Amino acid sequence: MSLAADLSPSKAQSRQHGPAVDQAPLVPRRRNRHRKERLFQWLFLVPAVVYMALFFGYPVVKNVIMSFQDYTTATFFTGEAPWVGVQNYVTVLSSSLFSTSLLNTALFTIGSILGQFVIGLALAIFFQRKFPLNGILRSLLLLPWLLPLIVSSAVWRWILDKDSGALNRFLGDLNIIETGVPWLTSTSLALIAVVGVNIWIGIPFNLTILYGGLQEIPDELYEAGSLDGATGWKAFRYITWPMLKPVVSVVLVLGVVYTLKVLDIILGLTNGGPANSTQTIATQSYALSFQEFKFGEGAALGNVLVIISLVFAVLYLRASRRAVDE
Amino acid sequence: MKSAFTRNRPLATAVTALVGLPLLLAGCGASSGSAGSENVTEISVMDYYNNEPDKSFIGDALNSCAAEAGVTLKRETVPGKSLISKVLQQSSSKTLPDVLMLDNPDLQQIAATGALAPLSDFKVSTEDFAPGVLSAGTYKDKVYGLAPTVNTIALFYNKDILAKAGVTPPATWDELEAAAAKLTEGDQYGLAFNANPTYEGTWQFLPLMWSNGGDEKNINTPETTQALQLWTDLVKDGSVSSSALNWTQADVNDQFLAGKAAMMVNGPWQIPALSKQPSLQYGVVKIPVREAGQTAVAPLGGEVWTVPQTGNKARQAKAAEIVSCLNSDKNQMSMAKARNTIPSKTSLAETFAKENPKLATFTELVKTARARTGQLGDGWPAQATKIYTAIQAALTGSASPGDALKQAQGQ
Repeated sequence: MSLAADLSPSKAQSRQHGPAVDQAPLVPRRRNRHRKERLFQWLFLVPAVVYMALFFGYPVVKNVIMSFQDYTTATFFTGEAPWVGVQNYVTVLSSSLFSTSLLNTALFTIGSILGQFVIGLALAIFFQRKFPLNGILRSLLLLPWLLPLIVSSAVWRWILDKDSGALNRFLGDLNIIETGVPWLTSTSLALIAVVGVNIWIGIPFNLTILYGGLQEIPDELYEAGSLDGATGWKAFRYITWPMLKPVVSVVLVLGVVYTLKVLDIILGLTNGGPANSTQTIATQSYALSFQEFKFGEGAALGNVLVIISLVFAVLYLRASRRAVDE
Repeated sequence: MKSAFTRNRPLATAVTALVGLPLLLAGCGASSGSAGSENVTEISVMDYYNNEPDKSFIGDALNSCAAEAGVTLKRETVPGKSLISKVLQQSSSKTLPDVLMLDNPDLQQIAATGALAPLSDFKVSTEDFAPGVLSAGTYKDKVYGLAPTVNTIALFYNKDILAKAGVTPPATWDELEAAAAKLTEGDQYGLAFNANPTYEGTWQFLPLMWSNGGDEKNINTPETTQALQLWTDLVKDGSVSSSALNWTQADVNDQFLAGKAAMMVNGPWQIPALSKQPSLQYGVVKIPVREAGQTAVAPLGGEVWTVPQTGNKARQAKAAEIVSCLNSDKNQMSMAKARNTIPSKTSLAETFAKENPKLATFTELVKTARARTGQLGDGWPAQATKIYTAIQAALTGSASPGDALKQAQGQ
């Protein structure tokens, strides 16, 4: 992706400059010049290639290799990591925890994306209207985005506490509940609570991108539509939604990729508990590598997550290409 | 003119990039620079006491030991959570410090990698240390690390609340259940402990398991089931908030401080926070045992000091001198007093308990305290995970204590 993006402008530039600079070209000189040009083209690529290889290629390759090795703490000192083939994959995929984590990952992702998107879109449409304090309110809504995740999760952990949490106090004062709801300590509620917090964190991203998309839709369309009777819901259904679609697909796919790998929020809120009810593939992979020091198994599970994300990344590339085409 | 400029710019950029790259790569490389010189003037130290007041207490002890050994100190303090990853990083780039502090359950893990030197190589005395302390510092019959001071957990109780309810501090499980039930009213729970899905949750459960004859090698036993049954009943009866499933030891202490828990399971490191609230009158007893007559076995906590294999014998010898000095009687006593911990030498226990009555119960417990890695060594993390998995399953009611332990052990 970025390779092609880096290449094309430089290519275009040198092509334009080539003949313009050369006033009286001799044949051999021209060939020489051409070769030089190619060299420059490659040199232009070098920083990008080096960067990609160093910061993307190496970790990915290393992680794949690690997942086929018995990689332990000792490996760091001795450098020895016996090759174990697919053993790590067999272990993590056949673990009774894998199906739980996979289901939780799916529920967490779908729930978060659905909530973030619907609320984000509703707010984006709301802020389309002109009213006082619009700008201030909109920037306040960005706050969850600006807070470090570890801070957000610590604060939410207090809010959601069963006995003295603000949420239960509030619901209790309204006489909605009689005893404290164990938001984070009940196996049936913890995942919902964690999804709720992640929705809160994701709204600004959805709001910002969708609001930007809405701004791009020309007013004339609505004016023309209203003459034909397309107002309110109909205007949304037949003008806003089709025009917003490319942006929507980008937001959704990026959202999925971001949400699949969420780690800090879950670790901060519940640590995967109670009784693994908020354990996702990401948290499980983290626990394997950095708590149990089974780096091989952790890498194997991490790769499973990478493959799942990759599916959505391909979808994203296709969606964004379509967006450009349109 | 202009075209010449545009033509040269890409060249300049490319050259800069190419020249810059090796520099970048060179920056990643290790620069240990210790070429085996005999005259050691500086010793590097790494520990995780990155918060005051511990940072200065440990720093003072280190500095005086360094002065005694005739070297200067280059100390690095890292946050507790990142210590192990830092150590692993350094062991692969061969840049380990000369003196390294480790949390005691991590010692065997690191010793197993070969990154540490046995202290016997440098004739460091290991006499008189409490058996639990030595077992925590030992890997395959060799002592790799020594802890000047250690800690453990016990039962704190709020004297005023207990007196008002006419409850005496419990000594057996039955008494504990009865007391906790009686002390639970309104906003106040009888007891607070931590059963979260981390090693901390495991750590708080160990006294019950061990005192009742349970063993970490196999947790699917009647003894451990009885212990987990107690934890489960306390939560089921409402004497302990189900928030215990998500609390840390610091949260537990907050509950106790706020008067929302009449008793709590916690360690002596909470004493400074507790003393800040003079209105709070508290006492400390051993964590109850199932039947009177059983011995209370507590888990051993604390940090050990080690000498990594840096490859430079002269530096290692100096480092061992410092480790030895940190563990001297004088330093053990002063560090223990300053940091509310317990000296690890048994001969110091009596004097120390007399001078620091608040720590007497802990001092008593340390004599028989058991190291978490004593039996399983570097297999401990995996088993500790099973233990907290079982605790969580039982306390949430997803499985009976017996089934929870059976499932966890079989995983």
